[in-house]
Amino acid sequence: MNNSNQINIAEHSEGMSLVVRTIARWVKSFIFIFGLYIVFYGHLTPGGGFAGGVIICCSFILVLLAFGKERAFKRLSLERAGALDSIGALGFLLVAVAGIFFAGTFFVNWLSVPAAGSINSLLRKIGVGEFRLLSAGTIPVNNIWIAIKVCASMYLVFALLAMLRINDDTQEDL
Amino acid sequence: MKSFLIPFFVVLPLGAAFLVVLVPTRLRKIADVLANLCALMLLIAAGIVCVKGITGVYFVGGWEIPVGISMVLDGFSGLMLLTISVITFASTLYSVSYMEQFTWKTKFYCLFLLMVAGMNGVVLSGDFFNLFVFLEIASIASYALVGYGCRHEELEATFKYLALGNLAALCVLLGVAFVYGLTGTLNMADFSIRTAGYMNNGLLIALALFLTGFGLKAALVPMHAWLPDAHPSAPTPISAMLSGVFIKATGVYALVRVSMNVFPPMQLTHEIILVLGGLSMVVGVFMAIGQWDFKRLLAYHSISQIGYVMIGIGLGTPLGILGAVYHLINHAAFKSLLFLGAGAVEYQTGTRQLRQMGGLRQRMPVTSSSTLIASLAISGLPPFNGFFSKVIIIWACVQANRYGYAVAAVIVSVMTIASFMKVQKYAFFGKLKEKWGKIKEVPATMQIAMVFLAVLCLLMSLLIVPALRDVVLQPAVDSIIAGTNYVTFAGGL
Repeated sequence: MNNSNQINIAEHSEGMSLVVRTIARWVKSFIFIFGLYIVFYGHLTPGGGFAGGVIICCSFILVLLAFGKERAFKRLSLERAGALDSIGALGFLLVAVAGIFFAGTFFVNWLSVPAAGSINSLLRKIGVGEFRLLSAGTIPVNNIWIAIKVCASMYLVFALLAMLRINDDTQEDL
Repeated sequence: MKSFLIPFFVVLPLGAAFLVVLVPTRLRKIADVLANLCALMLLIAAGIVCVKGITGVYFVGGWEIPVGISMVLDGFSGLMLLTISVITFASTLYSVSYMEQFTWKTKFYCLFLLMVAGMNGVVLSGDFFNLFVFLEIASIASYALVGYGCRHEELEATFKYLALGNLAALCVLLGVAFVYGLTGTLNMADFSIRTAGYMNNGLLIALALFLTGFGLKAALVPMHAWLPDAHPSAPTPISAMLSGVFIKATGVYALVRVSMNVFPPMQLTHEIILVLGGLSMVVGVFMAIGQWDFKRLLAYHSISQIGYVMIGIGLGTPLGILGAVYHLINHAAFKSLLFLGAGAVEYQTGTRQLRQMGGLRQRMPVTSSSTLIASLAISGLPPFNGFFSKVIIIWACVQANRYGYAVAAVIVSVMTIASFMKVQKYAFFGKLKEKWGKIKEVPATMQIAMVFLAVLCLLMSLLIVPALRDVVLQPAVDSIIAGTNYVTFAGGL
């Protein structure tokens, strides 16, 4: 470890020191859970899809830094992250387009609109009562899709930058 | 259904872009089908919009002005949508075979469709900030596409394009900030209502920033430096898109919309557009005539032809604007076709240098004839579409007592003929070089794309007939001339 301030993945392909790895093993799941909390409560408290997605991504980045890229890619490979990236965007778009079918307007908040055809009016008609879990309508649903998209994108950007760095280092060594 | 058509133009390419990229590379035939299907559906939808003359305002999420985001479809937007869709259709068809030379075709389609979504968004946006966002979506996709080949000169061109493109985006964003700071609204219609034709120095700065930003995107002459590098470096279908519609949707359209419809039309704006247009027209053709790189020559001609369009707009007379709109769609057809032809030659010979070609007419008859049609059209020879639009613009100059511009337009037209005679002589006519003795015509899909555009070049000259002109061109001209009356329409009032 000649240059302790810089994160050099090439020199530590098996990861960082024992202290870092032990702490990371404990902390990574808490970061992940906290990220989920920020995403799911985004419509009620400060936070939301983007912030939560970044925090969830941090847990993956922590694994990447502490244990090296092999272990990180075993959890979330680049191909899978790429697919999740597109799925997040597609899901967001689907929720927006669903507004046309349920409430007649693109991007309308169709889960909370009392208009004819919306989920709640349907449930009321059956006599079940309103669907209260999604109190903000489509906003928490959109937050989840945004979180998936942001998490995957951030992870891809970080992983690709880290890999470019490795290539540079090997060239210098040669 | 009618109102759903408006967000459809953004939703469909956006959805298709993220769907296509999920297709694994070994199943890229599915990606081909998906992308072409998307382009075809866009073409049909745009055709419906133009033929039926559908117009309207769409409030996204049901939130009305000034709270929500509005999408405005008027005559000019409808014509631009049709232009974008036609060129997109031809380019996607062309990409099926052409892009086999590159890796990661699905990623290419993803970026391509994102660019289309961005352009459609720019054309439909009724809100300053959304205009900026869609501009950036289209631009960022195009930065990646210009450097798609990842060779040295392509990356250099991309970097130049990215730096200047970001400067343009920065100007636009700063303009948006000025507008918001001074009026407290971002909606174009609401902005016009609040200012009610009043201008102060702050709004003038905002207008100047918009003119600079969109002028950079349209590559008007003092701001054209990125175009001759960026357009030839891109893969050919992208060159066709960039020169054919990108500079028009993000540059000319946005500039005209903001400076004519949203800000009150002023003599000063007209003069600036006229001078920049004249300069582009003359400088572009002088730079083009000396080029030996086929695609680079075409790129310089794009600057020159956009000059014609800007002159027509700058005159501000109904005839001038008619000529400008007509020339705008004509240029989309013939310049895209020329780029596709240049790409077909490069596909088979591997070179873009005119001096190394020669006699290709004998080996590539379809490419050569369609390129010949496009060359005649851009040179302004009857009966091709370029002739009629150029005549209208020149006649409008004479009517407006701008004799200097009329003479310049004629001279530039003659020089355009000269430079395309050079292209034809060196590339397609003359003696066939021995090393090209064995080359064949390009694959069928590429031929179909070129023939489609060549037929359009001929058919579009029919738009001069009053019956057709009233359906296709006149709504666009009317919506530009209407000036700030645009507001009453866009506000849904």
